[in-house]
Amino acid sequence: MPTKSYDGVDVSVDEQGFFTDPSQWREPMASEIAAEEGVGELTDRHWQVIKFMRHEYEEKGSGPSVRALGKTSGVSIKELYQLFPKGPAKLAAKIAGIPKPRGCI
Amino acid sequence: MKKRIVVLGGGTGGTLVANRLRRALDASVDIVVVDRDDRHVYQPGLLFVPFGAAAAADLVRSRSRQLRAGIEFRRAGIERVELDEDRVVLDDGDPLGYDALIVASGASLRPDETEGLSEALAGRGAHSFYTLEGSAALSAALAGFDGGRLVVNVVDMPIKCPVAPIEFSFLADWYFRQRGIRKQVTIVFATPLDGAFTKQVCNRELSGLLEGKGIEVVTEFNTGEVDGPGRRLVSYDGREIPFDLAVVVPLHGGASYVDRSEGLGSEFGFVPADEATLQSRARPNVFVVGDAADIPVSKAGSVAHFEGDIVARNVCSFLAGQPLAARFDGHTNCFIESGHGKALLIDYNYEIEPVPGRYPSRVGLPLLRESRLNHMGKLAFQQLYWHGLLPGLDIPGIGTDMPHAGKHLEVLSGAG
Repeated sequence: MPTKSYDGVDVSVDEQGFFTDPSQWREPMASEIAAEEGVGELTDRHWQVIKFMRHEYEEKGSGPSVRALGKTSGVSIKELYQLFPKGPAKLAAKIAGIPKPRGCI
Repeated sequence: MKKRIVVLGGGTGGTLVANRLRRALDASVDIVVVDRDDRHVYQPGLLFVPFGAAAAADLVRSRSRQLRAGIEFRRAGIERVELDEDRVVLDDGDPLGYDALIVASGASLRPDETEGLSEALAGRGAHSFYTLEGSAALSAALAGFDGGRLVVNVVDMPIKCPVAPIEFSFLADWYFRQRGIRKQVTIVFATPLDGAFTKQVCNRELSGLLEGKGIEVVTEFNTGEVDGPGRRLVSYDGREIPFDLAVVVPLHGGASYVDRSEGLGSEFGFVPADEATLQSRARPNVFVVGDAADIPVSKAGSVAHFEGDIVARNVCSFLAGQPLAARFDGHTNCFIESGHGKALLIDYNYEIEPVPGRYPSRVGLPLLRESRLNHMGKLAFQQLYWHGLLPGLDIPGIGTDMPHAGKHLEVLSGAG
């Protein structure tokens, strides 16, 4: 299992860099992961999405899809793409330290 | 004291569960099936209508006539379910109380959730084959299409029969070859997924077929807008796909009454349930079958079929005050039409993705490989649907649990 170091702590990730153990995540790690992914400085709007991702993961055991984010996070899909340009569901999940959202079947 | 089971929806799942329950239970239990119309559509046939290989009118039969004697068919719209009162409010105002409720109201199309799509579909700037009317209109549009860019697009998952848009692309390739104009047509398949299909071994096979047929695949395309007049699809991340003919699969949600029923459904109107027992998360006396369910399984007729057996047994156990012993393994079985009179067959469950081999055992139809036998199987299935599956009969060779014999499971160890 690969590991990465954020905020001075070694964490377990999968081949694509998603956390495999969300309990290892700390808030200060988010900006480092965001920088790696080219997201830039995290604003309050980013944090609204990141906290929502954590909350949904804890409730349901999987990160939400973009469509679910657009319906329930309080941030529209258009804005989600402005915040996380290369794919909000995946990027926000990675930055929030939760596993890659399960693709629908 | 008489008990009552209410089944919401007279489609594949609702019909076969009601018929199974009617056979299993005596007259002390009433069974009522509610639907707003009496038109049962054989949905797998919709794929063939655009190519003139099926007539829309031949796919429709009466819902009520598929139900056994002793089942009441109530033709009414559903206003909402009141979970705390154990009753359903119908649009004719009469509440219908239940001891057990089975949600079988399927998935509905939600084109209005994508900018420009409703207008484009209404003005025939874009087409869809997911309705009878749409597939018939698309038949005319294809017949008049002499060249240009045909773009097949899935807006987002989940959709009914996730392989249908791929099958449509295969059949379009074959259709234009038969008309001798394939060289004048560019076929593009645009998907929000990162491959043609979510399961790895199957994705490799389907991707190879798409490439071999010269069909362009655009992945991770999340459609934000369908611009009918401008003839282009625009993704949320700003990419554009121009088209001359667009075939779009709209977003899906549950039936609209689910949104009006407090505590019943998810944000998309699907009903979360235990993936093994199919008992809803909302209440112990509410069960879910088929496309209406929010469980990690494809929205496919075969799934409703296998789930139907489980739901019928568990509802009987529930009414008898016994533990729910029947467990759904996620069994899914789909024919994939690939054109030229051939088809592939895939068979899988929660644990095991589609692999090569044979179904249902070492002697049987070839899995994950093009074959004429599979195409004949798909065509023959229509009769089996009306006369075996809907009546809720056990069909020899097609068991509820996924068979392991005949499958080359060793390929999974290398799939990663």
